Amino acid sequence: MAANITNKYVVFKLENEEYGIDILKVKEIKEMLRITRVPKSPSFVRGVVNLRGEVIPVIDLRKKFNLQSTNDSSSTRIVIVVVDEITVGLIIDTSSEVLEIDKELIEEPPATIASIDHSYIYGIGKVGERLIILLDASKIISMNA
Amino acid sequence: MDMNQYLEIFIEESQEHLQSLNQSLLGLETNPKDMQILNEIFRVAHTIKGMAATMGYNKMTNLTHQMENVLDDIRNGKIEVNTFIVDVLFECLDFLENAVNSIASNGNEGTAAADEIITKLNTILTGKASSGAMAETAITAVADQGIMKFNQYENSVAAKAIAQGFNVFKVKIVLDSGCMLKAARAFIVFQTVERCGEIIKAVPKVEDIEDENFDSEFSIAIISSESEAIIKKELEAISEVSQVIFEKIEHVEEEASNEVLNNVFDLEQRSTTQIEEKESGEDAQSKKSKTGKTVRVDIDRLDNLMNLVSELIIIKTRLEGTGSDTTDQDMSEAVEYLERITTNLHDAVMKVRMVPIERVFNRFPRMVRDLSKELGKDIDLIMSGEETELDRTVIDEIGDPLIHLIRNSIDHGVESKEERVKNGKPATGNLFLRAYQDGNSVVIEVEDDGNGIDLNRVRRKAIEKGLINQVEADSMDERSSVELLFKPGFSTAEKISDISGRGVGLDVVKTKIESLNGVVEVETVSGKGSKFIIRLPLTLAIIQALMVTLGNEKYAIPLNVIRDITTINADTIRNIHGQEVVLNRDSVLPIIRLGRVLDVEGNTSEAENEMTIVVVKKGEKNAGFIVDSLIGQQEIVIKTLGKYLSGIRYIAGATILGDGQVALIVDTNSLI
Repeated sequence: MAANITNKYVVFKLENEEYGIDILKVKEIKEMLRITRVPKSPSFVRGVVNLRGEVIPVIDLRKKFNLQSTNDSSSTRIVIVVVDEITVGLIIDTSSEVLEIDKELIEEPPATIASIDHSYIYGIGKVGERLIILLDASKIISMNA
Repeated sequence: MDMNQYLEIFIEESQEHLQSLNQSLLGLETNPKDMQILNEIFRVAHTIKGMAATMGYNKMTNLTHQMENVLDDIRNGKIEVNTFIVDVLFECLDFLENAVNSIASNGNEGTAAADEIITKLNTILTGKASSGAMAETAITAVADQGIMKFNQYENSVAAKAIAQGFNVFKVKIVLDSGCMLKAARAFIVFQTVERCGEIIKAVPKVEDIEDENFDSEFSIAIISSESEAIIKKELEAISEVSQVIFEKIEHVEEEASNEVLNNVFDLEQRSTTQIEEKESGEDAQSKKSKTGKTVRVDIDRLDNLMNLVSELIIIKTRLEGTGSDTTDQDMSEAVEYLERITTNLHDAVMKVRMVPIERVFNRFPRMVRDLSKELGKDIDLIMSGEETELDRTVIDEIGDPLIHLIRNSIDHGVESKEERVKNGKPATGNLFLRAYQDGNSVVIEVEDDGNGIDLNRVRRKAIEKGLINQVEADSMDERSSVELLFKPGFSTAEKISDISGRGVGLDVVKTKIESLNGVVEVETVSGKGSKFIIRLPLTLAIIQALMVTLGNEKYAIPLNVIRDITTINADTIRNIHGQEVVLNRDSVLPIIRLGRVLDVEGNTSEAENEMTIVVVKKGEKNAGFIVDSLIGQQEIVIKTLGKYLSGIRYIAGATILGDGQVALIVDTNSLI
C-alpha cells in the first residue's frame, strides 16, 4: 500500500454508498460543466470539459463502476483529480465532506463488494457506523482497467 | 557549493558552444589558414574549459586544456593545420559531446577516458619540434627559463621595452594556502603592479584569476621603470602573499624578435585580406554581438504565455460574437481594436517561440562529412535557408526525420564515385538541404543529384515483402509506387548497411511528419536524382479552421486541408465496392458521412436531399465529408485531449469556443 497517503479523504456519494479519495489527489470539486462528447472513446468517458482553458476528460464513475446511470441532478459534481500529471474529472452523485480516517481504521477490502471491481479499492474506512470505500485514483485513471 | 542549480545552464551552454565548435572545425578544415576561425575555436575551447573546471568535470577540463595548448601553437604558427590535427580535434569534440550528454543524463562525465585523445594531442604538440623553424627554438630558449612562456607577440613587446631601457620581469606570486579571497588578493597585486609598471601577460589569464580559477599561485610579466627590489617590496607588503619570485629578462634575441615582428605583420596582413574577402566572417561577428542581447527563457514559461494569449483570443472571439449584436458604435470600435491587438500579440508570441532551423541544420555538415568519408563517396552538402524559422516544438521534432532522409540520400541516393564518372556526372555528388517559407507553411527539401529511385525495383521489392501483389504492381503509376517507400517494413537497400536500410526509415519519417501536421512528398527522376519535400505548418498552436455542425455538436476542420466546399444531391451518390462516391469536377470523389463515422446522434443531413460537402485533401487524395451545416471560418487554438485520451481515433485535438464550450478538431488524415 502506498506509504505516503495522508489520512484525509474527500468523501462523496455514488448510488447509496460512500466513497473517499485521498485529498492530495483532488484538485477541486466543480458543479456540472458543459460536456463535449468524444467519439470513439470508452463508454465511461462522458467527454471533455473546459476547465479554465484546459481541456480535461471526464469519467462517469457510475458507468465505470457498472452502476445504473441516472440523469444528472443539481447535486451532481465533478471531482477534478490529478494523478501522475494527468488531470481528469470524475462525475459523482453528491459530495459531502472531508473526513479524517486513521490508518488503524482502514481495513483491506473484503473479498466481494457489490458490483465494483476491487482493483480500484484501496481499503474500507470505518467512521463511526459509516463504511467508506476508499478509492485508488491512479487505478481509476489507468485506461485499461 | 551546490552546483546543481547551474547544471542546466552548464549543459545548455556547453551544447551551444560545442555546436559552434563543430561549425568552426568544419570551417577550419576547408580554410586551415583562417585566423578568425582558429580564434573562435580557441575561444570556445577556453570557455568550455572554464565552465567544466567550475563544475568540477576534470576530464573535460584536461582535454580542453590540452586542446588549448595545441590551438595556441597553431595560432602562433608553430604547428600547421593538417587533416590529422582536424581529425583529432573532431575526436575531442565527440568526446566533449559525449561527456556533456552523459552529464545531462546521469550527472557524470561517463566512463570513457580522455587519455587516448590527450596522447594524440600531445603527439601533435611534440611533433612540432621537428618541423619548427630556427627562430622558434630561439624563442623557446628565452621562454623556457621558468615562470612562463612568452608568445611571439609578447616577446616582441618585451624586446622593444628592453631596447627602450625598461626593466622586464616575470614574477611568480604565491598566496597563503589559507587565503580565502584569492581573486581579491590578486586584484590588489595587479593594482600595486600597475602603479609602477605595466602587466603584459598573466598566467593563468586575467579572467581566470578574477574567477578564482587558480590554485594558490599565479605569474605575471611586468614592464616597469622601477627596479626589482622596489616592486618586490611593494608586493610582499600585501597581506596573504607568502612568496614573490622575480626573474629579470635581460634580452630577447634580436633575430627572434625580428622574425616575430614579421610574423605579427604577416598576421595583420592576413587578417585584413580576410576581412576584405570573407563576408561570412563579418556575419559571424554580427551574430556574436546579437547573442549578447538575448535572454534565456524556460520553454514552460513561453507555453504559459502562449496559453494566456490563447485564452485572450477565445475571449476576443466571444466578444466579437456579442459585439456584433449591438449597434453601439463605441463597442464595435473597441472590439475591433481589441482584435487588432490580440492578433499582433499572438504574432509576437509566436515569433518568440520561433527558432531558426539552423539549430537543426547545424549538425548536418559534420554528419555528411563523416558518412561520406565512411562510404568513400565525395559529397558536398549545400544548405540554404538556415534562417527560416519554425515553432520550437517543431524544431525539436524535425531533427530525426531529416537525419533519416539525409542518410538515405547519402547511402542510396548518391552513387559511388566510379559510377558517377561512368554516367558522365562529376565525381562529387551534391546534397541540397533547403528550407523556405511558403505561405503559411515551411518547406524543407532534401535533394540529391544521385541516381533517382528505381521504381521498378521498388515495386519488385514490395511484392517480395508481400506489401502488394503482381496485379497491383502492374497497375501502379509513378506516384503510388513512390508511396510504397513509406510503407512500414520497406527498404530497397540490397544489403543492410550501418547507415540506413534497416527498413524502418521512411515510414517513421512519414509518421513523425504527419504527427506534426505536415506532409512528405517525393519527386524522383531516374538518373538525375530525387527530392524529398517536407511541408510543415508554421505554427502548431493556432490555426484557421472551418466550424461545422453535426447533429447538435460542433466540430472544427483545419482550413489548410480543405480544398473546397460544395453541395450535392443525395441521389447522385453512387456506390462502388461499398464505398460511396460522387462525381465532382469530372473526377470520382469518395464520400465520408462524418456524422456516422463519429457516431453523432440526430444527423439532419441524412434526411435531406441537398447535402453540404467539405472536400478535404490529403496529399494527392481527396475525400468529401458530408456535414449538417457550416458555421464559418474561425481562428482556433489547438489544445490536446491529454494523455488520458491520447489514443482516440479521428480526433486531432480540441479547441475552446467563444462561449467556453469545447469543440473537437477532426483529424482528416486518419479518415481518408
